[in-house]
Amino acid sequence: MTDAVRRSNALKSRRAAEAERRDIEEDDKRLAAERKKIARDGPKLTGAKLEARLLRTWQRPPGIIGWLATVDHKEIGRRYIITALSFLALAGVLALLMRTQLARPDNNMIGASRYNELFTMHGSTMMFLFAVPVMEGVGVFIIPLMLGTRSTAFPRLNAFSYFMYLFGGLLLWGAFALNIGPDIGWFAYTPLSGPQFSPGKRADIWAQMITFTEVAAISAAIVIVATILKARAPGMTLARMPLFAWTMLVVGIMVMLAMPAVALASSMLISDRLVGTHFYNAYEHGDALLWQHLFWFFGHPEVYIIFLPATGFMSTMVETFSRRPIFAYPIVVLALISTGILAFGLWVHHMFATGLPRVGYSFYTAASMTVAIPTGLQIFCWLATMWDGRPRFQVPMLYVVAFIVTFVIGGLSGVIIASVPLDLQLHDTYFIVAHFHYVLIGGAVFPLLGVLTFWYPKMTGRMMDEALGKISFWMVFLGFQLAFFPMHFSGLLGMPRRVYTYPAGLGLELPNLLSSIGAFVVGAAVLLFVINGIKSLYIGALAPDDPWGGSTLEWATSSPPPPYNFAHVPVVESKTPMWDQQGEMPVITGLRVDEKETLLTTVVAAAPDLREPVPEPSLWPFIAAIAIGVVFITSIFSPWSLTIGLVPCAIALTAWFWPKEIKRNPEPVIT
Amino acid sequence: MIPVRFTDDVADLPTHKFGPSSLTWWGIISFMIVEGAFFMLAFAAYFFLMGHEQGWPPEARKAPDLLAGTLFTIVILLSEIVNTSIKKAVHERDIPAVRRLMGVMVAIGVILLIIRGFEFNSLNVRWTDDAYSSIIWALLLLHTTHILTDWFDTLVLWALIQTRLGYEGRRQVDVDENCLYWRYVWLLWIPVYLMIYWIPRL
Repeated sequence: MTDAVRRSNALKSRRAAEAERRDIEEDDKRLAAERKKIARDGPKLTGAKLEARLLRTWQRPPGIIGWLATVDHKEIGRRYIITALSFLALAGVLALLMRTQLARPDNNMIGASRYNELFTMHGSTMMFLFAVPVMEGVGVFIIPLMLGTRSTAFPRLNAFSYFMYLFGGLLLWGAFALNIGPDIGWFAYTPLSGPQFSPGKRADIWAQMITFTEVAAISAAIVIVATILKARAPGMTLARMPLFAWTMLVVGIMVMLAMPAVALASSMLISDRLVGTHFYNAYEHGDALLWQHLFWFFGHPEVYIIFLPATGFMSTMVETFSRRPIFAYPIVVLALISTGILAFGLWVHHMFATGLPRVGYSFYTAASMTVAIPTGLQIFCWLATMWDGRPRFQVPMLYVVAFIVTFVIGGLSGVIIASVPLDLQLHDTYFIVAHFHYVLIGGAVFPLLGVLTFWYPKMTGRMMDEALGKISFWMVFLGFQLAFFPMHFSGLLGMPRRVYTYPAGLGLELPNLLSSIGAFVVGAAVLLFVINGIKSLYIGALAPDDPWGGSTLEWATSSPPPPYNFAHVPVVESKTPMWDQQGEMPVITGLRVDEKETLLTTVVAAAPDLREPVPEPSLWPFIAAIAIGVVFITSIFSPWSLTIGLVPCAIALTAWFWPKEIKRNPEPVIT
Repeated sequence: MIPVRFTDDVADLPTHKFGPSSLTWWGIISFMIVEGAFFMLAFAAYFFLMGHEQGWPPEARKAPDLLAGTLFTIVILLSEIVNTSIKKAVHERDIPAVRRLMGVMVAIGVILLIIRGFEFNSLNVRWTDDAYSSIIWALLLLHTTHILTDWFDTLVLWALIQTRLGYEGRRQVDVDENCLYWRYVWLLWIPVYLMIYWIPRL
């Protein structure tokens, strides 16, 4: 190239850049002019006229495409809850099958290997497909309403999370229907789950179901945490945040730190099984205990990931039905945070029977006992609230009381088995089965049933039947005690868990028969709860905006809320805004009505910070979930799917991010 | 419906800001926490397996060759110069510079991925040999996923800012956060590098 050519090229590119710059400047002027014409909510645009315009903007397209493309957190949350409850029903049926088998000694209705599949499916479904998703589902539904915002953060990630969860569940249950369901227990210990002792694909199905649900849970956690930190109503400082939002914040962070452990562990398991690595293979200097450490580093926080949202339900219901702000709010918050931290220091108490250094025994015993302190503090705060308030014993409050009674029993049996000598005796017996059902059903399912009754009007616009609700409450509460209390005794008598039958004459007949009867009572009660839910959907009494006299912002909008949640974004001036508003709700104005827009606030003080465009509905999260799902499932069969299959994933994720048209808007909208 | 009382108006708030004000920043930080947990646990597994051995690498295994890994380390550390320049240019809204420099970053990513190929070749073991081999392959693979995803992310973003949307503030925030993420990628590489190449030489 001669100098002349080079110079003229440089000149040309400089001219082009100059032209583009002028162009953009002009564009900026045009955009500024257009921006002035944008319609916003305010004193001039309010009431029915505003609502009609917001509805037009926020409504998703109708039909199946619109259904798949929706990014409305209320729809996604409802789907999460309904799907999780369906898995609860399926896993519950398995539990009834197991209790039928164990109702009398030497029963041969179900064989040993089928029984292995049943308890594996029961445990895996309850932990991964019911308990965690249902808590996140409730969070996704109610948190934005409670915080007074119009949308979650990252609504498309939220939609993606649901589809990943659904596909993981379908994988597990599809495999079970085809008789390749896992049979290795819900914690899939190596070497049993390794290539040598579990040939075939059952263990791989389990491991990939884990990957699906972990991706889903982590995505939902990111959505929830970002929403809580950035999308609170102006004025809702951290110190005024509803306690349920505090629990979901702590839980979201716990999910981010704990779930990678099981995802890593199960990836290593799959690679041991598929491509011949030796992470867990003792013959090549791997270690089966590595699995236990990684699994329980997830598995123990998991218990609190399920339990803490339930304490958030408790605080919400106790406050509302005692008609008094929660007693010692700062203590409840600090208890939540310290439980979240301590939860990561307990995992080894699941491994006392594997042989540990002495100092390990002492440390983990002490840590396991310590975690009872913050939990105890929370219980005392609830009791004090009820003591000082004027409690109303409607159905949700009944579940509150049932929680306290049941969870305290389960908590006490937990504290005593934190001590190593006792644990070594009771490890893997029915005593443990009794303990964790007391803390998980008493500690999480009871508050969940209560809170579903509590938020049912917000979800559907109708009330659940109070009389039916009371009947199913008493059945579930008493049936539960009948089913699980005798298990303490069968455990003390030495009955190991996970056996498909037991011999006559050891004194195990009576406790097992009682447990089986109790299980069926619980089953009938849950069925009644579901019937109540379906019946009330059609003929329940119409719900007002605030049927219970609640304290938080979800009761400020209609039941069910419109797609945009709030016509004007509310402003918060206290911890219990609904109780302190004195007939008028302070609101903020100035958000767009012609495009979806919400308000972001600062993290601590919740001062208005940014106007945030909210993404339009999109099919790409659904397509991305399918593409990634295909990779996960085919990788059970060939490692090559991880390379070839990544191409469609990359395309789907790019299309998800890429704007529909390359045009500058007066203010950006994500299409 | 409760009657409303109008307080403040937010029509003049911006729709984007750099840093912790933006949701993108929080999204990136969240992903960092998740990936950080992943890496920390993989490190824990490495030391757990190491504790079972008499020597590290175990007898009869040779520590990985240093050349490719060290070259990779030098290139990825130097890439921060370009990365910082992008961050600076985007804060100054100098879009032509951002477009140019992001092209350089994409090219650096390609070079890194090629060197990474040689790194796998210089580990001196196959993943099927024993637990030691499995875990160092796992660490290197984990970090390769990191490089690959961020490279692709940079590529897509680079293509996007070639259009008029390069002048859109929210896309500039994306570029800014992509730079933040790259810092995390090379920061995490340092312990991985030490664990694969130097701890076996101690």
